[in-house]
Amino acid sequence: MPWFEDIKIGARTDLGRHTFTADDIIAFATKYDPQYFHVDAEAAKRGPFGTLTASGWHTTATWMKLMIASRQGREEPLDADGNRPPAGGPSPGFLEMKWPTPVRAGDTISYSTEVIEKIDMRSRPGWGIVRSRNTGVNQNGETVLSFIGQGLIQRRVPKDT
Amino acid sequence: MTTPKLYWEDFPVGETVEFGSKHVTKEEILEFARAFDPQPFHLDEEAAKQSILGGLCASGWHSCAMLMRMMFDGYIHEAASLGAPGVDEVRWKKPVYVDDTLRARRTCLESRASKSRPEMGLTKFRTEMLNQKDEVVMTMEGWAMYGRRHPGARTET
Repeated sequence: MPWFEDIKIGARTDLGRHTFTADDIIAFATKYDPQYFHVDAEAAKRGPFGTLTASGWHTTATWMKLMIASRQGREEPLDADGNRPPAGGPSPGFLEMKWPTPVRAGDTISYSTEVIEKIDMRSRPGWGIVRSRNTGVNQNGETVLSFIGQGLIQRRVPKDT
Repeated sequence: MTTPKLYWEDFPVGETVEFGSKHVTKEEILEFARAFDPQPFHLDEEAAKQSILGGLCASGWHSCAMLMRMMFDGYIHEAASLGAPGVDEVRWKKPVYVDDTLRARRTCLESRASKSRPEMGLTKFRTEMLNQKDEVVMTMEGWAMYGRRHPGARTET
């Protein structure tokens, strides 16, 4: 990750695409969300979406997977002081998670993240919170995922409080 | 798909219900993290000890997935569930560590009939996940959709 100070509001990153297979959808849902419309393709035809659909948590966890993969794909260069920029920190939670269109077997979802806000932390002067608008869009241009993510990012210089 | 026992009418506003018991193993934490969230504090005990989280702990997304499973086993499996449009807010308040035992507590905050779909009602829950020390490790607030026992019945608000 860049240091907190170096993160720019409005910076957008395409995280790549993922195609959901019926087997993937069923495997995730069998463990974590075994509602019949996520695990049984036949029964799902008579369900609320008319077909097998991915758990919203599966759609969302896949965003995280691609987010981490994109970070690993671009090693941060040493900064001007010769220091290695920090690893990503934990998250205090998220806001406004929406699954407006379900993910169906065979759908290919394109994921992205865009920085929308930076917040100082009074309780932790060495860290700041970065908020991002995260999305997933299917091959027809329909949004399947939208949420505001939050992550703690280290500051290069602790904030005076 | 079995015949549901719980419909939208069965979630009265103000009711609080506890459910679930989930022992979290190291293997599960590692399996989820490898698949979806391979950060050092979810994968590597030494790195996790050095991190702000203080020890190997579950991905927050894994916590969401574990709570979802507790919700399914606790009541959704016998409810006329129609899915959820999303989640208003989740707070990850404390790490979920190896060997924690989790349980959940839901409170129904709001309830309304769907205007466009007379066979459906919406219910807003606040759900807390607690560990064996009675610490709230996560809270989740959001709406879920359920079939109505009496579709289209007129509701007074």
